Amino acid sequence: MLRVENLTVNYGAINALKGITINVPEKSIITLIGANGAGKTTTLRAISSVVKSAGGSRIYYEDKDITNLPPHKIVEMGLCQVPEGRLIFANLTVKENLDMGAYLRKDKQNLKNDLDFIFNIFPRLKERIKQPGGTLSGGEQQMLAISRALMSKPKLLLLDEPSLGIAPILVRTIFEKIVEINKSLGTTILLVEQNAHFALSVANFGYVLETGNIILEGPAKELEANPEVRKAYLGEA
Amino acid sequence: MTEFIQQLFNGLSLGSIYALIALGYTMIYGILRFINFAHGDVFMIGAFSGYYLGIVFAFSTSGGFTSLALAFLILIGAMAICSVLGLVIEKLAYKPLRKSPKLTILITAIGVSLFLEYTGQLVFGADPKSFPTLLENKPIVNLSGAVIGSNPLVVLITAAILMLVLRMIVMKTKIGTAMRAVSFNPTAASLMGININAVISFTFIIGSSLAGAAGILYGLNYPSIDPLMGILPGIKAFVAAVLGGIGNIPGAALGGMIIGIIETFVTGYISPTFRDAIAFGILILILLFKPTGLLGKKEVEKV
Ligand SMILES: Nc1ncnc2c1ncn2[C@@H]1O[C@H](COP(=O)(O)OP(=O)(O)OP(=O)(O)O)[C@@H](O)[C@H]1O
Ligand SMILES: [Mg+2]
Repeated sequence: MLRVENLTVNYGAINALKGITINVPEKSIITLIGANGAGKTTTLRAISSVVKSAGGSRIYYEDKDITNLPPHKIVEMGLCQVPEGRLIFANLTVKENLDMGAYLRKDKQNLKNDLDFIFNIFPRLKERIKQPGGTLSGGEQQMLAISRALMSKPKLLLLDEPSLGIAPILVRTIFEKIVEINKSLGTTILLVEQNAHFALSVANFGYVLETGNIILEGPAKELEANPEVRKAYLGEA
Repeated sequence: MTEFIQQLFNGLSLGSIYALIALGYTMIYGILRFINFAHGDVFMIGAFSGYYLGIVFAFSTSGGFTSLALAFLILIGAMAICSVLGLVIEKLAYKPLRKSPKLTILITAIGVSLFLEYTGQLVFGADPKSFPTLLENKPIVNLSGAVIGSNPLVVLITAAILMLVLRMIVMKTKIGTAMRAVSFNPTAASLMGININAVISFTFIIGSSLAGAAGILYGLNYPSIDPLMGILPGIKAFVAAVLGGIGNIPGAALGGMIIGIIETFVTGYISPTFRDAIAFGILILILLFKPTGLLGKKEVEKV
């Protein structure tokens, strides 16, 4: 469904991605793990085209070349991102944030159902519907960020560190919801995480990114068992 | 007391014109984080649009007057002309500089402003023109004996309606919500599928049309117009926007009213000499004591 080929991104003189290749099959959960500064966020930003991919990079979504298309065109095609740090519109209410997720939706008649689905998985949001997004707790903001993206009815959802800054107990819930979204809506998911343990437990396949290069890839179960991964990312001595 | 009421009323009427202009400054700042110094000149073009539309509709510029409906049409016409102008300025002058340093854009804005002023002198002529009497100014005596003019009242009411419509657009419509989203975080907005350029264009359309309306209302109250007439009201409205908290929409409306009232009182009770200096004094005071303005919030520096 998504093929990233030889993706290179430079920030001025900094070469953040050095030609990585990733494949995301339909209906799968694929994870990209790596340490701070490895280039995970940069990968997602390049896919969503909020940073420019350098020459030679190619990004195909449903066999269409989407490299460096305007970001809203990419969302329109069904590829939406939950960005790092959530980037909730703090000045907008929870409902308005969700409306912004649905900005490009033409099938107004289905919005009500989708809202119901969201309130069903994240009941907390329903109680806070009129509250400004900025007043939500970190965990609630993450729920809102995921829900906001879901309102665009994505076929492919990019998630950037949904566990960041969230209490461990809530992290488990969030990951359960991610699996639920994948199962019940059939949404394909590309999950970026530092929390390799959780990420590999829900993913089908994983990539390990280190300073701009993919150094390892394989089925999630294999990566979990890999001694190198266990040492570097799963905190094993 | 009656004089006080009259002054207050005239101040509100003048302030509502500043408020309309200030709204454009603040909205454009809210989206693009820069001061569109050509905005006062868009206001001037609004007044001249009214002048020429008046002539097209064959009203004499000395005494003849017309119906409310035609005045309304001229108002809409000037708003339409100014929105196109604002859109063109944005596309030609500012859009190519979207990624340039703020200073470059600021200098460009000053360039656009000078261009409009001197093209105005070339095309319209540098001499003041008398704005057509779209509506006859009738004295209205209210209960306490204060005499207020019907035109300043029309100005105040029209401006109030436009501000209410603006509030509706910004708070209740999808594009208005998108404006607030872009103003908060353009990257997040584009990740939600919002076309940032379309929102910017829309902001220029709305802001410039309000300046156009202000031009007509100004002509109604002070019927002498010239190509440099936008400079002072432009600066005063800019100060109003800063006073209210730049980027804050209700703040711009409030700031405009305050500047209008203070200016009118100073003119009436102290001396007309200080009329134009007031805004600068206020600007210095805000920058010293409350740089975020009355309703503005401290902007968190984005990392
Ligand atoms: N806007 C930027 N300008 C310059 N360098 C940047 C920019 N954004 C990221 N970088 C650099 O690019 C590299 C990759 O950053 P990126 O944010 O993609 O890492 P990450 O894997 O998401 O890290 P984290 O787990 O901390 O979120 C880092 O060295 C970072 O310093
Ligand atoms: Mg990151």
